[in-house]
Amino acid sequence: MPTAVFASIPNGFVLLGFWLVYLLPSSPLFQRVDGVHAVGCFWIMSLTLLYFCQQLLNGLTLGAVYALVAIGYTMVYGILGMINFAHGDIYMIGAFLGVLTLGVLTALGITAPWLVLPVMLVMACLITAGYGSAIERLAYRPLRGAPRLAPLITAIGVSIFLQNAVQQLQGARVQTLQPLFTSNLVLWQQPVAGQPDFTLAIGHSQLLIWGATLFCLACLSWLINRSSVGRAQRAVAQDLKMAAILGVPTDRVIGTTFVLGSALAAVAGVLVMIHYGVVDFMIGFNASLKAFAAAVLGGIGSLSGAVVGGLIIGLVEALWAGYLPGEYKDMAAFSLLILVLLVRPSGLFGRPEVSKV
Amino acid sequence: MAMACKSWLLRVIGWPLLLTLLASPFLLLQMGANGLVYRWYAPLWLLAALVGGQLLSIALQRLHVALSDTKLWRGNRLRRLSPMAKGWGQRLGGMALILLLLALPFLPGVGRYPIDLATSVLIYVLLGLGLTIVVGWAGLLDLGYVAFYALGAYGYALANQLWGLSFWWGLPFSALIAAVAALLVGLPVLRLRGDYLAIVTLGFAEMVRLVLINWQSVTGGPAGLGGIARPSLFGISFSNSPNAGQIAFHEWLGVEFSTLQRIVFLYLIILLLVGMVYGALRRLRRLPLGLAWEAVREDEVAAVSLGLNVTRLRLAAYMVGASLAGIAGCFFAARQGFISPESFTFNESVLVLAVVVLGGLGSQAGVVLAAMLLVLLPELLRDLADYRLLLFGAAIVWVMVKRPGGLIRQPRPDLLAAAQGRVGEEAS
Repeated sequence: MPTAVFASIPNGFVLLGFWLVYLLPSSPLFQRVDGVHAVGCFWIMSLTLLYFCQQLLNGLTLGAVYALVAIGYTMVYGILGMINFAHGDIYMIGAFLGVLTLGVLTALGITAPWLVLPVMLVMACLITAGYGSAIERLAYRPLRGAPRLAPLITAIGVSIFLQNAVQQLQGARVQTLQPLFTSNLVLWQQPVAGQPDFTLAIGHSQLLIWGATLFCLACLSWLINRSSVGRAQRAVAQDLKMAAILGVPTDRVIGTTFVLGSALAAVAGVLVMIHYGVVDFMIGFNASLKAFAAAVLGGIGSLSGAVVGGLIIGLVEALWAGYLPGEYKDMAAFSLLILVLLVRPSGLFGRPEVSKV
Repeated sequence: MAMACKSWLLRVIGWPLLLTLLASPFLLLQMGANGLVYRWYAPLWLLAALVGGQLLSIALQRLHVALSDTKLWRGNRLRRLSPMAKGWGQRLGGMALILLLLALPFLPGVGRYPIDLATSVLIYVLLGLGLTIVVGWAGLLDLGYVAFYALGAYGYALANQLWGLSFWWGLPFSALIAAVAALLVGLPVLRLRGDYLAIVTLGFAEMVRLVLINWQSVTGGPAGLGGIARPSLFGISFSNSPNAGQIAFHEWLGVEFSTLQRIVFLYLIILLLVGMVYGALRRLRRLPLGLAWEAVREDEVAAVSLGLNVTRLRLAAYMVGASLAGIAGCFFAARQGFISPESFTFNESVLVLAVVVLGGLGSQAGVVLAAMLLVLLPELLRDLADYRLLLFGAAIVWVMVKRPGGLIRQPRPDLLAAAQGRVGEEAS
């Protein structure tokens, strides 16, 4: 949609101004629903454009969540070279812990969002981090040095275990929740003839997702780039054996990586639960596919790549859902991924693999 | 001594306590439809079970150590057997298994259920053998193997409905369809690095499944395709009321009609297919093609410098593997008589991959063992109903941690080991 780009540029240029004032409003994009061309009143946005903006906002929200989950994938891959298939289920565990905390707080009579939200996030993060660490100790650490595919299979086993455990203990039904945040930030209100107004709005929960994602990313980037833990992590990611020889406690560093990744996934799980209001024991599967795709799209092993990949996949998916047949929505991520990999075989930010003899 | 005591305590109390703590939010609370439900007793059960399990495992370990210390067991006789005797033992075991499989339908008292189960196991063996070529021999991580299985099944079902293709022509047809699909997917994709290949194949399988669900006019959508023709034996049908021009098996033989006849026939077909594929792959492994696959897996750069065409070799492995999945799909469709996208989910890919890795990457006998384990285990756990899959997941982790190389560890070509004459021996 090149016109969407133009609409955001102030009409300082004569040609552009002419185009904006006379030509653009008569284009189908700016046609009003009742069929009247809004010539000369181009500031009345067409529904098409509003709809597009709404999809963009939805896409950014989805993308932020994918990015948070994808970081966990990419960190583990960067260090162990292993696809952690249980990561999606860690995210599901985080969401469920959020649900349970919310339930307990409601039972205690605490409902103020500013109090509920931090408690939920902290509880989910702490316990989920414990899960990540325990899984690493029990299922992955004994397999250091085993064939590369062995931990992949234990990860799949863990994933089956967690899914079924949650299904048994929490029930198979979809959990629906009262939304914590119901209010919206209205950006634009567009009257439509004969219908209720079309509103372009950002939900407060969406703002929360963006804010929390940005905060987490900032913390993580400080941790990785500035702290001693991060330095050790980078060293291990670069060369595990060499780092071990130089005295880096590799096992502890790997454990920390799982703790960090799990905590981020828990944040994503709680946020998704708050925003969409539905959770079931299967959400981990879809999220893990998308997040994995996002990590690979950005170049697996690269943190900024995971974030960019997550945002791109979220945007593409939302736009696909908005404009193309919805049944094929899940194809969007993978089609894009395949197209990108054909052009850049190691992802957008990935370093090309150098084969040494 | 203090250290030992500490680790013992950690094992018996520490780990169970930690795991119970982690699980307790889910055990204590349940978000029911009408608010929270409390189950204060649940964590205590888990704690007791975990401590008990640890004590039991420690006791077993002690027993094992004590037994192997006695004169009777000293030196672990089995391990002292010469490699040749070991080989003979394996061969004997294999022979016994083959005889059992051949005799299974004719043993007295064997009803429908065991034969059905054995057929399922054999389907997974066939799929596992196909994926062994791709993952075990050529070293390509394929997470979307089920796509070719699905293409084979739908290929036969559609060809049968549109052109009346019979099962026996359906087998090569499905293999061809799957191989062509593998060629089309593989050509652009196989130059990607291992794990990138994994996600792309996974994506391909998801796309195939979505198309199967949504292209209603052709594939029947989520409702699937029914009325697929069953296999016949040289024109002899196994149904009660055969089509015009066909003879019914029970009339031909002059016996009472029973569905068991068809089930046994299907079982024998898949047994024959698996037997043929197994034998062919055993040979293929020793042929230049099989050796070249292993060479590419072990060291791509060295293989290229020896003049091997890596892309073509990988493509060949991918296509051969896919065609076996196509054959399995064709058989599956003919056996069920009805197929739907439900049968071709990501879980199926995962199960087949688990068969391959659990069996020991690249080992054909391992595939047979692991397929038996992974198909029979959930059936044996059936009494535990709801906790079946939960235990299945835990069992996968446990077996893999206990035997990281798989059930039957495949020796990898290793120059150093060859020089020291260690090839083929298991380093335990």
